[in-house]
Amino acid sequence: MSNRQVLALGQIQPVLGNVKANLDKHLEWVEKARNEGATAVLFPELGLTGYHIQDLTLEVARKRSDEEIQSLVAASRDIDVAFSFVEESDQHLYYIAAVYASRGEIQSVHRKVYLPTYGMFDEGRYLARGSHFRSFSSSWGPCGMMICEDAWHFTAPYLLSMGGAKLLILMSSSPTRSLNQPDTFGSQAFWHRLLEVYAQLFGVYIAFVNRIGFEDGVNFFGGSGVVAPDGTWLKEAPILDETLITVTIDDEAVRRIRYTVPLLRDERPDLLVQELKRLERTSEGFEFR
Amino acid sequence: MEEKLYLQPGLTVRLLTAFIRDEVEKAGFKNVIFGLSGGIDSALVAYLAAAAMGKDKVHAVLMPYKSSSPASLKDALAVVDDLQIPHTVVNITDPVDAYFANIDGILGQPASPLRRGNRMARERMCTLYDLSVELGALVLGTSNKTELLLGYGTQFGDMASALNPIGDLYKHQVRQLSRFTGVPASILSKAPSADLWESQTDEGELGFGYDEADEVLIQMVDLRVSPHTLVEKGYDESFVRMIAERIQRNQYKRRLPVIAKVSSRTVGIDFRYMRDWGL
Repeated sequence: MSNRQVLALGQIQPVLGNVKANLDKHLEWVEKARNEGATAVLFPELGLTGYHIQDLTLEVARKRSDEEIQSLVAASRDIDVAFSFVEESDQHLYYIAAVYASRGEIQSVHRKVYLPTYGMFDEGRYLARGSHFRSFSSSWGPCGMMICEDAWHFTAPYLLSMGGAKLLILMSSSPTRSLNQPDTFGSQAFWHRLLEVYAQLFGVYIAFVNRIGFEDGVNFFGGSGVVAPDGTWLKEAPILDETLITVTIDDEAVRRIRYTVPLLRDERPDLLVQELKRLERTSEGFEFR
Repeated sequence: MEEKLYLQPGLTVRLLTAFIRDEVEKAGFKNVIFGLSGGIDSALVAYLAAAAMGKDKVHAVLMPYKSSSPASLKDALAVVDDLQIPHTVVNITDPVDAYFANIDGILGQPASPLRRGNRMARERMCTLYDLSVELGALVLGTSNKTELLLGYGTQFGDMASALNPIGDLYKHQVRQLSRFTGVPASILSKAPSADLWESQTDEGELGFGYDEADEVLIQMVDLRVSPHTLVEKGYDESFVRMIAERIQRNQYKRRLPVIAKVSSRTVGIDFRYMRDWGL
C-alpha cells in the first residue's frame, strides 16, 4: 500500500438523461486526471445521468454488466475511477449507485441508503434504497463511499470508519439554497461544517465531489474539495464552474491524528449495539422508524 | 426582518447570471429578450441579463401605451443607455385600441380597467414572443416572488416567460439587488407601478406596501409560520388573512392548465420529466 494518493475530483455538469454524452465526458476527464498525475479520479452523484431523472429512471438505468458501465470500469486499469449512475438490479429495482473501479475491475458498489423525499427532493418515489455501508480496499487503502444524503446521517461515516475506512468518498448533487449568509451558500456552509466535524471525529480524509449546473432552475453549487483528518480543507474547487482539481492525501496524516486524538480507538461499538438493542426492546425508542 | 430578507448580493448575482447563461445556452439559444417597462423588476433583469450574456445578446423591448407615463419610457431608455444594449420601441396603442374598438362594439359597453390592463399585458407578451422568433431569443420573465405569490400579474401576460431569473426574489430583495447591480437612481426611488393607467401605483391598488407584505410572506412561505402564529406575534389579523387568501386564490396563475386525467399517463400528473430533459 502506497502512502500517498493523488485524488482528482471531477466537478462536472452532466446532461440530464443523456448517458452517452455523460459517459464520454467521464472518459475524457479520466484521461485528463491521468495526465495531471492523479492516481484516482472521483465523479459526482448521478454523473452519468443527471439528478432529476424522474420518469427517465427506466431509460437511464444500467446494469453493472452493461457495456457503458464496463467501458468506464475498463478505464480504471491504471487509475482508480469512482463514478455514479442509476443501477438496475436483477429484480428490476433502481438504485443510485456509486462504483469504485480499480485495475480494470469493480472493487465496490455502494447503493444510496438515505433517499431524501421531502421538500424539493423526490428520490423515494422512483428509487429503491440501499441497505448497507461497507468499506473496501482501494489501491491507496481502505475507503468508504457515501452518496449525498447518506452523509446527513452520521450512521454512514460512523459505520464506514468503524469498518476501517481512512478515506470517505462523498459524491453529491447538492443544490444551492439560502443566499442570506455572508460569503457562502447556506447549503454549502452546512456541508462545510458537517464534513469538518466528521473528518475530525473519525480521523479520516473526506473527498467531497459535487456537480455543477442547473436543472430547471435548481443549481448545484460545486465547491468540491478534500478535508484532512484534522478538519482543514486541503483544497476546494470554485463554485459554479466545471473544474478538475487534484489533491494529495497521505496516510501519515491519518496516523498522526489517530495517535494525537484517538477517538476511534476509544469508540465503544459494543455499547452502541447494546443500547440500540435495549431501545428496540422497550417502548422508549425507535419512534422515528 | 431586514435580516430574514437579506441576500448576499455578490453571490446571488453570480447565481442568477449563471442561471441565465446556462439555461439559455443549453436550450440552444444565443440571445434573450424581455420587456423593459422603466420599473425596477425589468431593470434588474436587464442588468442581470447583460452581465450574463454580454450586452450584444440582450434585447430590450419597450412597449408603451398612450396612457403610460412618459417617465417610464425615459427610465427604460436610461437603462438601455447605461447598459448599451440593443432595444426596440413598440408602441402598443394601435393594436390595443383596435381590439377594444371591436370588442366594445360587440359587447355594447366599454371594457373595465382590469380588462384593458390584462389586454395590454397580453399584447406585450404577444409582441415579445413574436420578436423572440425573429431574434432567436428566449423570453425572460420579470415577475418577482411577491407578485407571483399574491397573484398580482396577468396570467399569460406579464407572468409568461421561458425563464424567470427573479421569480424567487421578494420585492424587497429586488430592490436590494437593484442597488447592487447599478440600476439608475430614478428607478430605485419611484413608487412601483404596473403603469396600466394614469397615476396607478401597485401599493395604491393592492392597498398595502410591499415591505409590509414581504415581511409576512417570507414568514408564511419560506419559514412556514402559520397565519395563526403570525397574528399571535402581533401582525394585524385581517392583513394576515388577506395575504393568506391571496396566495391560495391565485394558485391557478402559477400552474399550467389543469388536465382531466383519462389515460394511465397524463401530462402534468404522472408523466414527469424536467424541462431540461436532455439539456
